[in-house]
Amino acid sequence: MKISGAKIVVETLIEQGCDTVFGYPGGQVIDLFDELYSARDRIKQIITAHEQGAAHAADGYARATGKVGVVIATSGPGATNLVTGIATAYLDSVPMVAVTGNVSCSMIGSDSFQEVDIVGITMPITKHNFIVKDIGELADTLRTAFKIAKSGRPGPVLVDIPKDVQTALYEFEANAQPVIPYPLSFAPEEKLKKAADMINSAERPYIYFGGGIISGKASAQLLALADKTDAPMGSSLMGLSAVPSDHPKFLGMQGMHGHYASTMAGAEADLIIALGVRFSNRATGSSSPRDKGARIIHIDIDGAELHKNIAADLAIKGDITDAAERLISMVEEKKHPQWAERIAELRAEEALRTEENRRNAADTIDPYDIIDIVSSFADENTIITTDVGQHQMWTAQRYPLKRPRSFITSGGLGTMGYGLGAAIGACAATGRRAVLFTGDGSFGMNLNELATAVSQNTPVVIVIMNNGVLGMVRQWQTLFFDRRYSNTTLGRSTDFTKLAVAFGAKGGRAENTDQLKKLAAEAFACEGPFVIDCAVDCDRAVLPMLPPWGSAEDLITKID
Amino acid sequence: MDQYVIGVIVANVSGVLSRVSGMFTRRGFNIDSLTVGETESSGFSRITIAFHGDDDIKERILQQLQKLHDVREVEVLDSKDTVIRELLLIKVRNRTEIRQDIMTAVEIFRSKIVDYSPTALVCELTGETSKIDAFIELLKPFGIMEMCRTGIVAIERGENCLKTVK
Repeated sequence: MKISGAKIVVETLIEQGCDTVFGYPGGQVIDLFDELYSARDRIKQIITAHEQGAAHAADGYARATGKVGVVIATSGPGATNLVTGIATAYLDSVPMVAVTGNVSCSMIGSDSFQEVDIVGITMPITKHNFIVKDIGELADTLRTAFKIAKSGRPGPVLVDIPKDVQTALYEFEANAQPVIPYPLSFAPEEKLKKAADMINSAERPYIYFGGGIISGKASAQLLALADKTDAPMGSSLMGLSAVPSDHPKFLGMQGMHGHYASTMAGAEADLIIALGVRFSNRATGSSSPRDKGARIIHIDIDGAELHKNIAADLAIKGDITDAAERLISMVEEKKHPQWAERIAELRAEEALRTEENRRNAADTIDPYDIIDIVSSFADENTIITTDVGQHQMWTAQRYPLKRPRSFITSGGLGTMGYGLGAAIGACAATGRRAVLFTGDGSFGMNLNELATAVSQNTPVVIVIMNNGVLGMVRQWQTLFFDRRYSNTTLGRSTDFTKLAVAFGAKGGRAENTDQLKKLAAEAFACEGPFVIDCAVDCDRAVLPMLPPWGSAEDLITKID
Repeated sequence: MDQYVIGVIVANVSGVLSRVSGMFTRRGFNIDSLTVGETESSGFSRITIAFHGDDDIKERILQQLQKLHDVREVEVLDSKDTVIRELLLIKVRNRTEIRQDIMTAVEIFRSKIVDYSPTALVCELTGETSKIDAFIELLKPFGIMEMCRTGIVAIERGENCLKTVK
């Protein structure tokens, strides 16, 4: 039977296992939303305040579940509003399909109302994108979009569908199964053997892992490898939650604001075993571990990441779970007592320094106390999301994560305003509670999504670390710009409690730990969104700090 | 820095040239020459790209190209085993006092005069880049009115082929 292009889109989404779409209606997707209306018992539809929020929600949905997130927007501004959300997903390898409407094929290129070349615009921030001008190709193009999004290293794909393709009629037959990803590549045996030899002869091995462990579901293999080789582990920001934060072999995130112990261990190791990670400049600083004589084994599913940011002694392209599993059987069981002793020393130094840098000025709460108190109300199913800035780094350093996919943050792009949309998507996907740690700067960017959180009754506890400044930039100004605080003091007088109430949510302000405990108890008992506005000292810095031009010996651990 | 020539087989779909050239722009790789044309199979086009770089840059370009969905095959063409050609069309003034010199150059370079008018000559020349460059240098003193060159195309000697064209 012939059905409309709009209906083909809806049926194909359902066929591909999509149970929720995020989006915003508009002129060139009226037909598509009309078909969604007929399918509202089969596919949940969440309309946000702004398309950017919808894109972040689809991203949060994908990160919380590993499934492909779907966002729908109209042509022109609807499509361009997705751009930040798509770029965020691209930089963090999040599987997403963005569907945009466009003007009819005959109008394309005429600068007609709300027309924009969204395929051209998103070419560098998608794994691939399509414009479908022939309804005969619509269903298969969408299927291919899902296939690309979830294959290998995941990422976003955009499908632009002109209005006349949505209204045209064509035969459609649903496939019985969602598309399966393209076959993975597997690490060659001789390279893994070489890796095992390098690991066996190392005295100070260190495992550096990233988000590939989460998307590749390789947490168990990673821990087994660390145990057998007696190697301490550190991660990138994207790797957080792959292993429990309190795992005895896990030293925490390394890098610019990483844990002292992991950054130092990475610098003192004689062998770096890098797994599902891309050596971002934020994780390594300006130097390579090889500068100090360490050797590097780099295993990743994306061959283009090998030797890209850092040259490796041994680079292996392949599925991380498979590679780790085979490595485990090849390596010898080892103990490195001297190295373990050194790691214990580093951890002890770190513990001292962590306490030194707290700030408990009158009527403010130290961020670590905020995180500790909030986490005491949460459980291992709680999903933690963040925005971008100091609060993000404190959360990354401090929050006791337990379970893969429980930490959702914008790493590569560093998108302020990411977290609320992501929390809405993660809650919609899992039915679980989320906590958003944010700052007054970041929250100001997309707080309009409070409206969505209220309409969806999203169980999200929004913890604003409110220091009245753009704290991360201020910290740079303190350290590197002679304390010239150009345009980072916000001078706002937003009352976040009233703001929450105005949106139909609940909220309160905390200026000491007792107030915070009381509010947190209320927030975690609340079914919908709850805003906790926490006063934080504007000079509380994120430490340690690896200056972007420096290496481990330049680590700043204290600001006078 | 060496010059590399790579052959790329791509799906013959709209936007594919933007994707390939955009990758070079976005990642900061410079293109010396890029040509695109049909292949023996209508579903595929062949892009020949020349660029300067070291071995590391070459590897990164290959890896990034292989990641593009529309790219089916990428191969570095070894200059020793590859026929590399470029086509030049060049227009010079047709003046009596220089005509004989131009004719001599055309003959030595095995160029062809493909248009002859009272005021202008158009010469055609095929060859490797260095030969084309030398010919242009030779004609410069006579007054080049305009010229265009195709950029290079390249194909391996012997029976080796850039595969996958089915």
